[in-house]
Amino acid sequence: MNTMAKVEHTEHHGPAAGLTRWLYTTNHKDIGTLYLWFSFAMFLTGGCMALMIRAELFQPGLQLIQPEFFNQMTTMHGLIMVFGAVMPAFVGLANWMLPMMVGAPDMALPRMNNWSFWILPFAFAMMLSTLFMEGGAPNFGWTFYAPLSTTYAPPSVTYFIFAVHMMGISSIMGAINIIATILNMRAPGMTMMKLPLFVWTWLITAFLLIAVMPVLAGVVTMMLMDIHFGTSFFNAAGGGDPVLFQHIFWFFGHPEVYIMILPAFGIVSEIIPTFARKRLFGYSSMVYATSSIAFLSFIVWVHHMFTVGLPLMGELFFMYATMLIAVPTGVKVFNWVATMFRGSMTFETPMLFAIAFVVLFTIGGFSGLMLAIAPADFQYHDTYFVVAHFHYVLVPGAVFAIMAGVYYWLPKWTGHYYPETMGKVHFWCSFIGVNLTFFPMHFIGLAGMPRRIPDYALQFADFNMVASIGAFIFGFSQLIFLVLIIKTIRGGSPATSEVWDEPHGLEWTIPSPAPYHTFSTPPEVK
Amino acid sequence: MPRGVTEISQSVFDLHMIIFWICVAIGVVVFGVMFWSIFHHRQSRGAQAHHFHENTLVEIIWTLVPFAILIAMAIPATATLVKMYDPSDADIDIQVTGYQWKWRYQYLGEDVDFFSNTTTPKEQINNESEKGENYLLEVDNPLVIPAGKKIRFLITSVDVIHSWWVPAFAVKKDAIPGFINESWTNVPEPGIYRGQCTELCGTYHGFMPIVVDVRPQAEYELWLAEMKNIKAQEIASAKQSISMEELMSKGEAVYKTACAACHQINGEGIPNVFPAIKGSSIATGDISQHIDIVLNGKAGSAMQAFREQLSAVDLAAVITYERNAWGNDSGDKVEPAAIDELKMAAKQ
Amino acid sequence: MSHETYYVPAQSRWPILASIALFLLAYGAGTLINGLKTQTGGTGLVLLLSGAFMMSLILIGWFRHVINESMDGKYSPQADLSFRWGMSWFIFSEVMFFIAFFGALFYVRTLAVPWLGGEGEKGVSNMLWQGFEAQWPLLTTPDMEKFPGATAVIDPWHLPLINTAILISSSFTITLAHHALKAGRRKAIVLWHGLTILLGIIFLSFQIMEYVEAYQELGLTLHSGIYGATFFMLTGFHGLHVTLGTLMLIIIWLRVLKGHFTPENHFGFEAVAWYWHFVDVVWVGLFLFVYVF
Ligand code: HEA
Ligand code: HEA
Ligand code: CUA
Ligand SMILES: [Cu+2]
Repeated sequence: MNTMAKVEHTEHHGPAAGLTRWLYTTNHKDIGTLYLWFSFAMFLTGGCMALMIRAELFQPGLQLIQPEFFNQMTTMHGLIMVFGAVMPAFVGLANWMLPMMVGAPDMALPRMNNWSFWILPFAFAMMLSTLFMEGGAPNFGWTFYAPLSTTYAPPSVTYFIFAVHMMGISSIMGAINIIATILNMRAPGMTMMKLPLFVWTWLITAFLLIAVMPVLAGVVTMMLMDIHFGTSFFNAAGGGDPVLFQHIFWFFGHPEVYIMILPAFGIVSEIIPTFARKRLFGYSSMVYATSSIAFLSFIVWVHHMFTVGLPLMGELFFMYATMLIAVPTGVKVFNWVATMFRGSMTFETPMLFAIAFVVLFTIGGFSGLMLAIAPADFQYHDTYFVVAHFHYVLVPGAVFAIMAGVYYWLPKWTGHYYPETMGKVHFWCSFIGVNLTFFPMHFIGLAGMPRRIPDYALQFADFNMVASIGAFIFGFSQLIFLVLIIKTIRGGSPATSEVWDEPHGLEWTIPSPAPYHTFSTPPEVK
Repeated sequence: MPRGVTEISQSVFDLHMIIFWICVAIGVVVFGVMFWSIFHHRQSRGAQAHHFHENTLVEIIWTLVPFAILIAMAIPATATLVKMYDPSDADIDIQVTGYQWKWRYQYLGEDVDFFSNTTTPKEQINNESEKGENYLLEVDNPLVIPAGKKIRFLITSVDVIHSWWVPAFAVKKDAIPGFINESWTNVPEPGIYRGQCTELCGTYHGFMPIVVDVRPQAEYELWLAEMKNIKAQEIASAKQSISMEELMSKGEAVYKTACAACHQINGEGIPNVFPAIKGSSIATGDISQHIDIVLNGKAGSAMQAFREQLSAVDLAAVITYERNAWGNDSGDKVEPAAIDELKMAAKQ
Repeated sequence: MSHETYYVPAQSRWPILASIALFLLAYGAGTLINGLKTQTGGTGLVLLLSGAFMMSLILIGWFRHVINESMDGKYSPQADLSFRWGMSWFIFSEVMFFIAFFGALFYVRTLAVPWLGGEGEKGVSNMLWQGFEAQWPLLTTPDMEKFPGATAVIDPWHLPLINTAILISSSFTITLAHHALKAGRRKAIVLWHGLTILLGIIFLSFQIMEYVEAYQELGLTLHSGIYGATFFMLTGFHGLHVTLGTLMLIIIWLRVLKGHFTPENHFGFEAVAWYWHFVDVVWVGLFLFVYVF
């Protein structure tokens, strides 16, 4: 323990050599890198599960996997993508960019930052280990509704619960760090209304995280008690209610989906102005819109539960509240379009992804709005229409925004431009693949195919085949992305400090690659 | 989306079409402007950036216009929802209960009560034979209701949450264990309507179809009388003894519909998920224990109580079958009358 | 915002060690709990205990490290503010955790139990539980065989009332200690702070007595239906937080004795005081909604 005191002297030099650099690091850039690689690994893992699902659904009948394993795949795919791929990717981007954007030397609480990251690999190791346990992995969907996830769950559910606890701890600490950094570490002159939008959206996202992750922890704790210690939270025989589970879960779950989209809004709001060579249209209305979305996200959770049999007044209230979210989201979309309007646009890969984001996210938003209409949701609920909706907002939404961000900042991180043609090929393959996969799901959903089934009636066969082919195209295009990133890290034409034509923001005032320590003395922002 | 056959399902369909076209229209406008700018305001065409970046008036406009559109959508939606929420003045009450993985229909006040199991053969699912026309959407006993009458459904479950959905009626309601949800329909047209369970309810969630057979009032009444007749015969036959062969062949049939989903056709179960019956200590050991577990289920596991689900004859047959098939040659024969006594005793 | 450079600590091995400890804790707890019914949780217990042991060592080491840095004057006022934000948001997350349980309580009281009892919009559900009537506290559960209800509930006007008085006064004593700290009156700090700890311990002992009474005399257990479930989860998690708060108070008290705090610089003390107030506020909510109403 007293060796710690000696290490102290090495501060303010470059990174340490070897593995300890990554294990012991307190540097926001290192931690950001760790998060991003972890997220990519999880994206591949969850993606392979999705391919397993799509392969089974290629044709009617059971070919590859049994229903029991299919359910485990669906569950793990959802959990891994949400908690392992998308959320850590955004945290990674935040780690890399926030300190540079607000002019801080590092995150506010660097050691805790490291801890937030290193909990994750352990949590997911535990989660994935359930696949090899007796009785199999969790098989009750990523929404784990009681009592399927309590009385009728496989024994591995206990490990699942603790894994969720660990992820919660990690997310809460990460979010606290981000809030403290934004509120306390801004360079002189960097007032709140000058913050880049990525910073703003993350500030609000972090607030959402701190508000709802504990609620998730609470609900899995109740499950644990119901399973092992005789309580009756979700059991009517003791006066509880299975629907109580859903209320608490979705009180977390709905804000959670905005946690996965707000930072994406932020990234897109950085990229579009750069490539339109114009300032973002309606900066302050963007800030207000983001805040309203966050506020509304707390009062719409019941739209996931329209069919559980709620009193009429409840249904109406939550239907109206949900529809309202279209207003601030619309403001954002209109602002992006207005930013492009009369700009001077070029279409490098980040911009392509950003534009695809705007179009495809909006399509996903429209289907969301349709779902919000309660009487219509009686027909859509738990069909592939819902699956189409949320993949549209999550894959060409959140995931495309992450990719756009990576392309946008990669030269800043590595000091090299990425191979542009390869980036464009990646974009077009992904774009075609994603639409082939998820667009047909609207049709099969409307035709009446329920979700979470390993086998389906004959009338759904054709579109399922298209979707499966699309999924493989999209999946394998991601290998291009992987190769491109490795190539860019290894070398490439050197990037200038501005990287793009006159982009805005402090991150473009420092050299590329960004030095290991930036802004040891805060810059002055005018 | 299917237009459906009921008044409700048609107003839902209209609602769907309205919002769909509104979204398309907004999409055309928004994407139109966007692609127009992408096309005309690109650097390669020499476009210069215009440096405007704020305009309160447009912001207000594009806040208020969507708001107005939303109100326009909300009004018909509210009207439809209110209609759906009125189950009063029903002609017939049917209690619908979800089981892993079958449905039970009880006609309240009529003493008609039966289970509805999928009948799609395993061979079709495993691609060993040609798939039938109604692959995965066929059952042994469909729900039968009269046309033109208001039917109230009382939907519940005994184990996990299921959801009862018939797209043509636009009725989808979750079956929550311990609670009852109400829903209703009024089908003008006789016909066969199909649906599925739409809430993940475990391994065979995908194999829990719903078939509703809507008949003209007169035929419905005939059917009802027939059902009561069958029930009376069942009660009578429970008192009689049946030959071993008959028990075995009946037992095999019952086993296929009621047990094979978990314990498998070959009785070997699925290791660590569903126990085997072939060679198991229960099926070869103490007979009263075997009867108890089949009749009353095993708490906290997927093994349900079959006491209510099967008739005394079927229960006797399936237990006899389990004790003698796949080399479990115990030679035991279970008498329907004995089971009937147990069933009666449980009722008190 | 100050213009000084911000202290960025060098590499540290605490976080990765803490992650390993947390993993052992969690994996051990899972194995132990899964083995409870079959008495096969032995390895789980070993893992759990080693994780806990490792975690306590790490926490001691990590905090000692931080304290040394603080004593060396490495933390600028800006860093101090980061800690303050950190602590405030942490407490906020704790509040949200309790809100989940309070939400469950309100939901069952106002909706689920009346529905089961045949009242309100889903009153038809009573068909499944004939004879069951809604009341709160719920002594007769819908299925008395599976969840035998309690015979009576804790009388709020005895121990709980006393406990309320104790916790509220402990909030005052910790504030008095804070004032004394700011005024530099050492003796007074030690006294008021010590008294707070004492009150915390008395509270906890009463709470244990109450639990014993509940289990042995009233039949009020985790297993006695939703009333018992919400009662024990809410008061139990609160009790855990009081335990943690008391431990933190004790550590801070020792630091006071060692003279770690100056009238200007004593965030460690304040953080614990905030936490203590939070625990206190939660109790008032509990007293009102779990015991009285
Ligand atoms: C990033 C994630 C994300 C995002 C951003 C959203 C955004 C929205 N979602 Fe989605 N949703 C999910 C992820 C997400 N959702 C997931 C994962 C599920 C399924 C969970 C599960 O069951 O497993 C789900 C399910 C889901 C349901 C439940 C469906 C069901 O199970 O029956 C509903 C119902 O209301 C819904 C609604 C909405 C709405 C109204 C929005 C709105 O925010 C959309 C707003 C955007 C627009 C409307 C487009 C842009 C606006 C304009 C151009 C302005 C003008 C427009 C009009 C006036 C129409 N979502
Ligand atoms: C952010 C979240 C996210 C993301 C990115 C995705 C991505 C994908 N999802 Fe998923 N999905 C969910 C979140 C997400 N999903 C959720 C929450 C559910 C609900 C779960 C539930 O019902 O409980 C769901 C459910 C779901 C279903 C419904 C399952 C069911 O109801 O039974 C399907 C079916 O097609 C599907 C498909 C896909 C596909 C094809 C992708 C593709 O985009 C994936 C593409 C990526 C890859 C394919 C990996 C790429 C790499 C390779 C292929 C290279 C090979 C590997 C190596 C060399 C190592 N998803
Ligand atoms: Cu029953 Cu799904
Ligand atoms: Cu939602």
